Amino acid sequence: MSEKILSRNFERPDAYTLAAYRATGGYQAWDKAQGMEPAAITEEVKKSNLRGLGGAGFPTGMKWSFIPKDHAGPVYLVVNADEGEPGTFKDRYILERDPHALIEGMLIAARAVRCALGFVYIRGEYVTPWRVFSGAVREAYDAGLLGQGFDVVVHRGAGAYICGEETGLISSLEGKKGWPKVKPPFPAIKGAFGMPTIVNNVETLACVPHIVNRGAAWFAGLGTKTQGGTRMYSVSGRVNRPGVYEAPVSVTLRQLIYDHAGGVSATGRLKAVVPGGSSAPILTADEIDVTMDVDGLRNAGSMIGSAGVVVFDESVSVPDALAVVARFYAHESCGQCTPCRESTGWIEKQVKRIAEGKGRKDDLDTILDVASRGAGTTICAFYDGAVGPYISYIKKFRAEFEALIPK
Amino acid sequence: MPKLTINGKDVEVPPGTNLIEAARLAGFAIPHYCYHPGLSIAGQCRLCMVDIEKTPRPTIACNTLAADGMVVNTETDRVKETRRSIMEFHLINHPLDCPVCDQAGECWLQIYYMRHGLYDPRMTDEKVHKPKAVPLGPHVMLDAERCILCSRCVRFCDEITRTGEIGIFNRGDHSEIGLFPGTDLANRYSGNVVDICPVGALTDRDFRFQVRVWYLDTAKSVCPNCARGCNIDVHVNHRRPHHNEGRRVARLKPRFNAQVNKWWLCDEGRYGFRFVDDPDRLSLPAGKNGGPPAATTWDDTIRSLAETLEGARPDEIGVIASPRMSNEDLFALRRLTERLGVTHVGFRVPPAKPADDDDLLLRADRNPNTQGAELVGVGADAKPILDAARAGRVRVLWVFHHDLFASAWHEVEVRQALERVPTVIWSGTNANRTSELAHWVLPSAAWVEREGTFTNFQGRVQRFRRAIEPLGDARPDWDVIGRVLAALGAEVKATRAEHWFQELASTVSAFAGMTYRTIGDSGQIVAAAQEAATR
Repeated sequence: MSEKILSRNFERPDAYTLAAYRATGGYQAWDKAQGMEPAAITEEVKKSNLRGLGGAGFPTGMKWSFIPKDHAGPVYLVVNADEGEPGTFKDRYILERDPHALIEGMLIAARAVRCALGFVYIRGEYVTPWRVFSGAVREAYDAGLLGQGFDVVVHRGAGAYICGEETGLISSLEGKKGWPKVKPPFPAIKGAFGMPTIVNNVETLACVPHIVNRGAAWFAGLGTKTQGGTRMYSVSGRVNRPGVYEAPVSVTLRQLIYDHAGGVSATGRLKAVVPGGSSAPILTADEIDVTMDVDGLRNAGSMIGSAGVVVFDESVSVPDALAVVARFYAHESCGQCTPCRESTGWIEKQVKRIAEGKGRKDDLDTILDVASRGAGTTICAFYDGAVGPYISYIKKFRAEFEALIPK
Repeated sequence: MPKLTINGKDVEVPPGTNLIEAARLAGFAIPHYCYHPGLSIAGQCRLCMVDIEKTPRPTIACNTLAADGMVVNTETDRVKETRRSIMEFHLINHPLDCPVCDQAGECWLQIYYMRHGLYDPRMTDEKVHKPKAVPLGPHVMLDAERCILCSRCVRFCDEITRTGEIGIFNRGDHSEIGLFPGTDLANRYSGNVVDICPVGALTDRDFRFQVRVWYLDTAKSVCPNCARGCNIDVHVNHRRPHHNEGRRVARLKPRFNAQVNKWWLCDEGRYGFRFVDDPDRLSLPAGKNGGPPAATTWDDTIRSLAETLEGARPDEIGVIASPRMSNEDLFALRRLTERLGVTHVGFRVPPAKPADDDDLLLRADRNPNTQGAELVGVGADAKPILDAARAGRVRVLWVFHHDLFASAWHEVEVRQALERVPTVIWSGTNANRTSELAHWVLPSAAWVEREGTFTNFQGRVQRFRRAIEPLGDARPDWDVIGRVLAALGAEVKATRAEHWFQELASTVSAFAGMTYRTIGDSGQIVAAAQEAATR
């Protein structure tokens, strides 16, 4: 097993305290960053090949560099802690077990983009992470780490998946309905409260202190050519040891399942894997020799997304699984864009019928056609995320669906 | 100014123009639902997709600004296919109840389905059901199943009236528009949400189920209910006289005028037309000869009026003109008072309760032509005339349109005045307490029954056209005044409102050079106001 970086303190029962964090080298990066020019921090992050770990995989340093240099008003840093992608639970570990890593990452990022106020938008269901993280924020204030030119507001969401989409999150943070915003303008130009805003995922920011401490070259060297570092994979479903596993992004899906998560449980025979949260197209058992970085999975026709790995063994019914997924997307569509609003519900009805043995001959082709027509036509990536499972489950397991449709 | 190419046609547009407007300027219509030029960009209906060279997939035109060198194509196969898909998505859960929907005939779902849809429906599952026939306020009815959630009404109430009554509630295909708890859609501009609703979700409670829209005829006009003079279309029902409860005017709709009202119309104006077909409309001239008023003919009436006026000394005649009269009426009246040498002329009668204005359209002056009355020259304050009448110094008093009992003047004084004057002539459209005390009651054609012009508070002269025939023997005021002038021996050439306007334009310098043609559909500013604007 490789070196644990992000999860190095997860086993310490007191890891959430400032004392424990300091004892393991915490806030040294912040001390170092305070001696660095903001542009130099951004440059270092760029060179580290750190990519957003929330789902889209956008290069973090490049994102920071989009903040207009000549902007006179405030710039905001928003932390996306609305971890809602089904199959993903790694940010929860950071918030609960290493909250100061996020605070330190925020401090450094704020310096890089000249920001004085950060918001942490925590998923409403994450009560314990919210409690623990809020405690860490209080500790950081008491220790004079926060409140000295950078303040943090902790904000709880109210349970909508779409508020994890960065502009939906911003709308919600602004007190509005959590509707994604039309782009352009992008948040870096006009984000929260109309000001330039950086939205970063929890884990992404937790990487930043390590980059500052140990250098961009070291971080880049941990990963692949196009993505640096390690990341935390949430592995769930039919595996012997479900959990969060940190590994370099060059790890393969096979290694994750068999080496880290202890292999396939139940029947013991692997059927399929969702590699990056529910929105990632499904992979069959013989497609698991892929590296778990942004480009590796893109080349395999799927996506790394939030690195939530869901394992299906032979006993799992793919139509039943799609019915669950389709219900999720129909329930969580914000309803703003017509294609997504109308067809997530329609597809849910069709998949449910099929799974219940009431499918019709044309249903599968209709779903595939509707999904591909709607893909790429909406404001945000939610619908494309729904299309991933709709199309891949049916295309890769068509016979299983057809067997359920009465002749 | 960005120069771009749309469907192979070069076009230059003002900076900040989006592709929907740029295409419009180039002569191409891009279908859209949520976009409205008067509201912010929502970008959510997804229908206005176009292909832009060097972009990987179709892009929404509403949120894309025209840029120099851009090559746009609105009719590629890919765009057409996308539109067809988006139309299908819009209609998946739509109830398709066109036969009982008021919007039918002017519904953009129908129009765009025929232009851009024409697919075979595939949706066979149970549709999502939502509330129907929900009153949102005094004027607007909601059918949430027909709603396509374009959010125009929401943005209108957020951005234009800033009253924020409407929101979109719930999520996904259960999303529906509705009122925030404790609110009513009762702002002064609520009827506009019906106009901007592209489908049958928001309908007008006043107009619902009255006439099918394809039976309506339309005439360009101007709202007579305040000094702004919002541009409107008058929709009238000639073809199904048994519909609309026998009323001829079915509804008023705002007509775009960038300088006056943009796309909007207030509710007071929108629903202020009912008097035209009310039972108290006057349709025959009537005179009292010591008894109850008896209907008579215009010929007899004009002859008697001329005799009465000739029989009085100029200082015994009082004329209370009205800022509800058109420029043409007022100019004819000025001719009459000049010929008779009348000095007791005025038009200002203060309302009982001063009306209020707002920062959108409504003006405190609820008359359409105060500016015109001032420019044409028919006196000013009418109070001295009332006082002279009370003092017994007036033998003939001609009152136009005012109900003096509904004014700020004391009721006792009004009654004294009307009872002391031997001959009270009253011209107007509908009977009121003043007309009841008059010796002659002359039915005026309502503004929708005749041509004319009003001058709004900005000094903008605006035409209104005839939408329907005058009721019974009602006549435009200029016609009655002109015939009295003729009976008095004056040479009157004018036989149409336009002729009176020509005379006005050649007499009063503010109107110099104006014709009905130059005024056109969007009005023309009078000379004085023009000078003030350039000063």
